[in-house]
Amino acid sequence: MNDSLFLPRDALQTLIEQLKSDGFRVIGPCVHDDTIQYRDLADSATLPFGWTDDQAPGNYRLTQVDSPRAFAWATGAQALKPYLFKPRETLWRAQRDAAGKLTFSSEQIEDQPLAFIGVRACDIAALKLHDKHFLDGVKDSNYAARRAGLFIVAVHCAYPADTCFCASTGDGPAAADGFDLALNELEDGYLVEVGSERGKAIAARLPLAAASSDLQHQGAQAVAEAAKRQHRQLPSGNLQKPLFERLHHPRWDQVAARCLSCGNCTSVCPTCFCNAQIDAPALGGEVTEHLREWDSCFTEGHSYLHGFMVRPETGHRYRQWLTHKLGSWHEQYGRSGCVGCGRCITWCPVGIDLTEEANVLCNSAAGESPQ
Amino acid sequence: MNAYLPREAEVVERIEESPNTFTLQLKLTDDAPYSFEPGQFNMLYLYGVGEVPISIVAEADKERVLTHTIRALGRVTNGLAALRKGDRIGLRGPYGHGWPMRAAEGRDVVIVTGGLGCAPSVSIIHHILEHRERYGHLSILQGVKHTDDLIWREQYDRWEAMPDVRVLLAADIGSPDWRGHVGLVTALFDKLTLEPRKTIAMLCGPEIMMHASADLLHTRGIPADAIYLSMERNMQCGIGHCGHCQIGSQFVCRDGPVFVWPQVRELLGVRGY
Repeated sequence: MNDSLFLPRDALQTLIEQLKSDGFRVIGPCVHDDTIQYRDLADSATLPFGWTDDQAPGNYRLTQVDSPRAFAWATGAQALKPYLFKPRETLWRAQRDAAGKLTFSSEQIEDQPLAFIGVRACDIAALKLHDKHFLDGVKDSNYAARRAGLFIVAVHCAYPADTCFCASTGDGPAAADGFDLALNELEDGYLVEVGSERGKAIAARLPLAAASSDLQHQGAQAVAEAAKRQHRQLPSGNLQKPLFERLHHPRWDQVAARCLSCGNCTSVCPTCFCNAQIDAPALGGEVTEHLREWDSCFTEGHSYLHGFMVRPETGHRYRQWLTHKLGSWHEQYGRSGCVGCGRCITWCPVGIDLTEEANVLCNSAAGESPQ
Repeated sequence: MNAYLPREAEVVERIEESPNTFTLQLKLTDDAPYSFEPGQFNMLYLYGVGEVPISIVAEADKERVLTHTIRALGRVTNGLAALRKGDRIGLRGPYGHGWPMRAAEGRDVVIVTGGLGCAPSVSIIHHILEHRERYGHLSILQGVKHTDDLIWREQYDRWEAMPDVRVLLAADIGSPDWRGHVGLVTALFDKLTLEPRKTIAMLCGPEIMMHASADLLHTRGIPADAIYLSMERNMQCGIGHCGHCQIGSQFVCRDGPVFVWPQVRELLGVRGY
């Protein structure tokens, strides 16, 4: 880790200004609607100084504490996903003239590059997965346009929530790569790590000082302790085989009895990518927009196939989600689809814990009680 | 380049096949190239309503006409059913992997279809008949629920009259004029004279039919990796992005719709997959 540079806390404003002067739209964490959300940053004062969170299964609360820190919280409900893969967006438009002739045209994607401040390691890991999904093979042009030029200022996580388990997925709490700059928040400021040439160029314009070995030790200690505080973990290794060997396990019915099939877990999951396409014709009839919006494998319509549902029951849907996320994802993307952010546990209205479900399933006898 | 952007196509012919099944012959109105393999599908777009994946029945001819046979079952397909000659729709594709026509060269081919599964398999038949010298004996087994559901009767008669082609038909519910078998299509396997080691099987139809057929054909000695099937799932993007068509680690639109049996065998018939 090259973290021998130190940025005083009041220089965060300079960082924002430098990014803006390079043409970036700067986005960072802010307190909004009683949660930490990523929003456009006017200046550093809008960062959540003195705020911390309390997360547990089915619970999220923010509280103010006497602390000068801006990043003393775990991830909120969303980070990068809604900016790169929009909850709802126009994919193309169709126009119909009086003779019935159709003309199709693409939507212009905003081209101002995005810079994010305060991105956690779990969300960088999720970004890499979305890159594989949307950019390998046939490219998704909307995602690609927003991804191009993305600048990331990571923050090593020193405040994991009760629901976090990134140490067990290998994705955190420190950001190993995938960033331009990384900050490690200490009591008086930040250790700064440079991750790219672009990051180096920005760092050269910041009032950086050499960091003492004591400060460096404090930074390393904070990250190590954050990992130790995480008490949840997923079973280790590739879970594809153990999960698919237990497709008829009674646990699916037990979790289905609690699951509301609301899809909150998939909305907050930074790696879930399911989406639906719909048409929104204008009242005049001459033009129609073809939209894409987030969808969830927990909805009935997700598996609709000419008159019947492939997954009519909640148990089928929870099983689909878990076996995909932790199992078949390995074959599709070379790793698990879970980055250990714990959002699905926090934001599940009934507090279903995927680490608990995965552990119960994988630690029980294979092929138990066929339905 | 926006991969989701459709091209315009004009309806050049509409053919009523049965009370709820119709065929659209479509011609792309642009000059950009288009080619497809038997077994691939297109996304057809009805203005203001939406898109639906439909397999391509026939080879594109010199006039660039694409044939799609469709059953009116949902919002989009019911709308497509109302189209007339001269109407315009959107079309993008072709998508997915088609039938293993290369691997089938020099071998006997058994086609087992059920219901409208006959549509994606017609492209196999056309291809074999156009390149007759490359393929061995062709057996066409088609099952329907009711005899009235059988479309293309004349075509089956024409194929049956050809050398080295056998057509066997089955209907769950017979009618007085029905000359085929009454019962499941799988019962027709007893009438097949197979040389299993030099045979390749291609299945298309309801999953339960394909599940049973693959098992039975394998029992009769056809190797698992010589059995292919065309799967169907909800598809909204056609390029592996929307997530709806997932079966285990496969996206049906991108990794299928034609799979070799071992790819999907484990999950075939598991309720909820």
